[in-house]
Amino acid sequence: MNKIINDIRETARQLLAEGKVDVVIGYEKGSLPLKATPCFVHSPESVDLLIWDETCENNLAGYLAKTPGKKAIVAKGCDSRALAVLLQENQLVRDDLYIIGVSCHGVIDQRKIGAEVGEILEASINDGKISVKGMEGDKEYLFTELKDATCQTCRYPNPVIEDLHIGETIEVAQEAPAFADVTEMENKSNSERQEYFKEQMSKCIRCYACRNACPLCYCQECFVDCNSPKWLTGGVNRAENLFFQAGRVLHLAGRCVDCGACTRACPQGVDIRALNRKMTKDVYVMFNHESGISEEGKPALNEYSANDPEEQFLVKE
Amino acid sequence: MKISKEKFGQAFDALVAEYQIIAPVSDANGIAFKGVKSFSEVKQDYLNSKLPPKAFFFPQHEKLMSYKKEGKDVSVKSELKVENTVLFGIRPCDAKGMQLLDMVFKNDQYTDPYYYERREKSVIIGVACNKIAPTCFCSSFGISPAGSEGSDLLLIDLGDSYDVEMITEKGKALAARFEALSELSADEQALVDKIKSAVTPSKVDVSNTTSKLDKMFNSPFWDTLQEKCIGCNVCSFSCPTCHCFDISEEVRKNEGTRVRTWDACMAPLFTLHGSGHNPRDQKKARWRQRLMHKFNYFVHNNGAMACVGCGRCIKSCPVNMDIRQVIDGANKAELVVE
Repeated sequence: MNKIINDIRETARQLLAEGKVDVVIGYEKGSLPLKATPCFVHSPESVDLLIWDETCENNLAGYLAKTPGKKAIVAKGCDSRALAVLLQENQLVRDDLYIIGVSCHGVIDQRKIGAEVGEILEASINDGKISVKGMEGDKEYLFTELKDATCQTCRYPNPVIEDLHIGETIEVAQEAPAFADVTEMENKSNSERQEYFKEQMSKCIRCYACRNACPLCYCQECFVDCNSPKWLTGGVNRAENLFFQAGRVLHLAGRCVDCGACTRACPQGVDIRALNRKMTKDVYVMFNHESGISEEGKPALNEYSANDPEEQFLVKE
Repeated sequence: MKISKEKFGQAFDALVAEYQIIAPVSDANGIAFKGVKSFSEVKQDYLNSKLPPKAFFFPQHEKLMSYKKEGKDVSVKSELKVENTVLFGIRPCDAKGMQLLDMVFKNDQYTDPYYYERREKSVIIGVACNKIAPTCFCSSFGISPAGSEGSDLLLIDLGDSYDVEMITEKGKALAARFEALSELSADEQALVDKIKSAVTPSKVDVSNTTSKLDKMFNSPFWDTLQEKCIGCNVCSFSCPTCHCFDISEEVRKNEGTRVRTWDACMAPLFTLHGSGHNPRDQKKARWRQRLMHKFNYFVHNNGAMACVGCGRCIKSCPVNMDIRQVIDGANKAELVVE
């Protein structure tokens, strides 16, 4: 068995046996091929359910505030960044957390497979190769071909906060964030861009999977659920859908950690990330801020300083 | 009896003059039921649509009526608009789903005019499944991939032709327009028999689930079941039998509309009272409701389970909550002596 999985299980076993935590939140094998599912382990006897591979696509950080007691979490880079923001925003008590950090090479984007071989009947992952048996045919992929778009631009594959690191760390080139995808979108004409988002927004069914999968969408009352004032109707059309999606993105300004959980959760394949990425770029350009890269600091829009680049933003008395 | 696809296509195209026709088409996001004007637009080789066809009778967001106040006068207008509709290519699971929705929207206590008028003016042409997806488990509920329940006509795809089975009077009336119907050859009959005898490889045992759930209201099963659920509405919105809704007013100054919008038991807001009290304030209570409603309450009220095994919720769930495993878990859960 893979050493990382073994170490995760042993760590979980110890933490639970010694009573240091009440629950370990990680991943187990899902019911569908190439699908892992979040797993809550409460006793040392069940730790062998835990797995780790390229199918562990959910961001687990969102579960923590809703889970009582002391908890351990298996965290990849993006989960840890979400934890950092949650800690900065006082949503979690650090002492109640044990972060089992694992470096991540990225997760699989299943949609690419489905489009080519239909429903997946069986699949296996071996040495960076993914063999898929589908209803419309079989195919072997290299992991790099199936890597989720988010993971392709990921700068933080290693957890930014952790209590224990399992496995190797991944070398990352020290360079400024690249936003080629955003630039491409910015270079489109207004009408092209409008067409693109019209199509994307017409797919949205307002199931709120994006919001609920997001580790940082934790408002007690989401603006879409508020009926006094009623910001938007339940109407499922492009305009209302865009209002929801754009509103959500703006609420995540300076907070979004670009984990891609929203886009992966969307059952309709809406390119939610296109909006998030533009906002992430703007925050970087305006505030030189990347969200959740350490436990210290605050989200970009929570910081007020006399040195703000915007003149007269705060004036010293 | 069979009809060649060419002849069927001609009959289909001729229906356009009298009916709105809804059929499976291929779009950017997979298969969807949409309005079509010609048989050539219809996707024939498909498993099933991403979203169920229920929205044609029970729209996600529907105007019930509109009203306006002018001085002391108040006018109220019905917003019910109904067209004669043919739904083509409905899979047996979804056709059965319509029958289950009928029990909710038309029963001895209440008839919902919005749903019922549309349903009355529609004809459902079911098409049997030649291929079965790994997430299909309709056989668990006694539904066959070639089942005819809920369809007015059932077609079985034989390649160049369809086997035509007339299920209801409505179906017969529509089939009267088909020309050049002929008998099946022995080979074709054998193919029809093979398709009809197919069962889904995936099955879940629901034989004792209802009676087991009778005793599970206070089971610790719900505590762990709900942990990974993120509480979105994907499963409900993609379910052919989920039918919960919210009614609200969309008002601007002196005019407004009363609308009905899909809601879901997974949403905390669904049961939030005006007083602030929420009888299902925890996710575990909401999950209990979801399972109980489908496999217990609905059975007690209507004599059938409110699941048709289409597998959409399994495919679309962001955290891979698999209803088959949930049922299996309930079947196996230890009972707590109260």
